[in-house]
Amino acid sequence: MRPMTTITDTPTRVSAVEVDAISKVFGEGAGTVTAIDGMSVSVGEHEFLSIVGASGCGKSTLLSLVAGLDRPTTGSVDTAGHKVAMMFQEAALFPWLTVGANIEVPMKVNGVPRARRRERVAELLELVRLTGFARKRPHELSGGMRQRVAMARALAQDADVLLMDEPFGALDAMTRDILHDELERIWQERRLTVLFVTHNVREAVRLGDRVVLLSSRPGRVIDEFPVEGERPRRIDSALIAGQAAVITDRLRQEVSRHA
Amino acid sequence: MPDTDTRDRQVQGLDALELQPERGRRGAGEVARRVWSASWPKLAAVAVVLLAWQAVVWSGWRSEWVFPGPDRVLPVLFREVSTAEFWEAVGVTMRRALSGFALALVVGVLVGLAVAQVRPLRVAIGSLITGLQTMPSIVWFPFAMLLYGISESAIMFVIILGAAPSIAGGLVSGIDYVAPSLLRAGQVMGLRGVQRYRLLIVPAALPMFVGGLKQGWAFAWRSLMAGELLVIINQQNSIGWALSQARQLNDAERLLSYVIIVLIVGILIDVFFTWADRSLRRRWGLAAA
Ligand SMILES: Nc1ncnc2c1ncn2[C@@H]1O[C@H](COP(=O)(O)OP(=O)(O)OP(=O)(O)O)[C@@H](O)[C@H]1O
Ligand SMILES: [Mg+2]
Repeated sequence: MRPMTTITDTPTRVSAVEVDAISKVFGEGAGTVTAIDGMSVSVGEHEFLSIVGASGCGKSTLLSLVAGLDRPTTGSVDTAGHKVAMMFQEAALFPWLTVGANIEVPMKVNGVPRARRRERVAELLELVRLTGFARKRPHELSGGMRQRVAMARALAQDADVLLMDEPFGALDAMTRDILHDELERIWQERRLTVLFVTHNVREAVRLGDRVVLLSSRPGRVIDEFPVEGERPRRIDSALIAGQAAVITDRLRQEVSRHA
Repeated sequence: MPDTDTRDRQVQGLDALELQPERGRRGAGEVARRVWSASWPKLAAVAVVLLAWQAVVWSGWRSEWVFPGPDRVLPVLFREVSTAEFWEAVGVTMRRALSGFALALVVGVLVGLAVAQVRPLRVAIGSLITGLQTMPSIVWFPFAMLLYGISESAIMFVIILGAAPSIAGGLVSGIDYVAPSLLRAGQVMGLRGVQRYRLLIVPAALPMFVGGLKQGWAFAWRSLMAGELLVIINQQNSIGWALSQARQLNDAERLLSYVIIVLIVGILIDVFFTWADRSLRRRWGLAAA
């Protein structure tokens, strides 16, 4: 079957990530699971793309294919020479290292000299508003602060494409709202391209330039919604609520198909 | 959008609310109180044991020549402790313990790494390691004496067989139980090969590895004591040798004072491992401070 949707953005925009007709099948023989089948997405340079879909529709699988952690069964993923970093619901900081040392890890991998690493840590901590926390340990921080450290660590990879798999899923609403502002600011300051996976449709609309809706089993793109409204947006504004309602209806329609 | 200043304040306010309030520095009085509350139960226990011991002696269960009370043993112990031979004996025993343990450490780490990495090897000897851990190491002595004669090598051989499986086992489970989320984070950051081991696997496996070391030490110490009693190397002063000498001379006071020494060494080393384990866990955020 052909992919249902191929997304073309404004023609002038070059794409940073090009996912072309991929499928991903797990396992062999009778126990195979087709997680993704015929999915195509193209993400523009410096675009903020939100990805929503019901459980098990292959969102995490898609991100790990884009990150190059795994290979698609068929089709191709092209990141056009961009460096890709990834964040998860758990910050997954190394508990035996201080905050600063955690941020240094990807720089050690890239062979950045020590003095330069220190400078970068200070700069990244300032970016995520955690100046002065370099010597703390992860367990001394709150969940929201850990996610900000994880963000600093991801940026320490010098990545310009950031993949986020429900990064704020475990945070309380107030912290999440503030982190939305923070992410938006950093995305703009650093001119990142972001692929943001979430269950929360309002969050998707609050942050995204565009929201892509995936179907479940197998996962493929069934719809996409350009988001309207000047940034910065407020998650509790009527404009966001209205657009979210449309997407939620479409999502429910898709979910009930599986009843 | 709220301006930068307002947002800065919001973020800082939230951070401040979410952080645990800093605990104040402990004053000297506080420290003394903590030390006292940690140590008085132990002192009380020692007193109770000494009393019970003395009570048994007073009951006349055995003659005082065979079973002297603390009133006779403790002075001998203190006299013993001030002699050169005593320290020589302890020195020999501790040297054996440490070098045996160090050898077991090398063997255990090599075997553990191999088993953790090579799948067929794990299938082949994974359960053997567990089996060896359950074996009373004293069983190996006759064989060790056949192999090495009455020598220190025989003792070393048994120490290694006793301690290495625990050390290897601790390392293997440490590596097996590295949190998948950390492994994934490492993969995303591009950690590979030696760097992956140095920066991720080894530190993540450390708490369990220390657990294995602690258990390995317990086995090494037991094997060594058994070895020094069984493999009596002539004229080589050691704790085990002193124990058998004291028995042959029917010197019960000296015998019991060496038993006490063995107990004290065991406790000291255990305190050390417990401290290492606790401070690791605290740094990792695994235990309450
Ligand atoms: N390594 C794997 N082996 C077998 N099946 C897998 C594997 N990874 C994912 N799957 C299956 O592929 C499908 C998609 O999984 P994926 O984790 O990508 O979904 P998701 O959209 O991220 O779900 P969630 O919303 O719960 O995070 C699921 O049915 C899952 O069971
Ligand atoms: Mg997922």
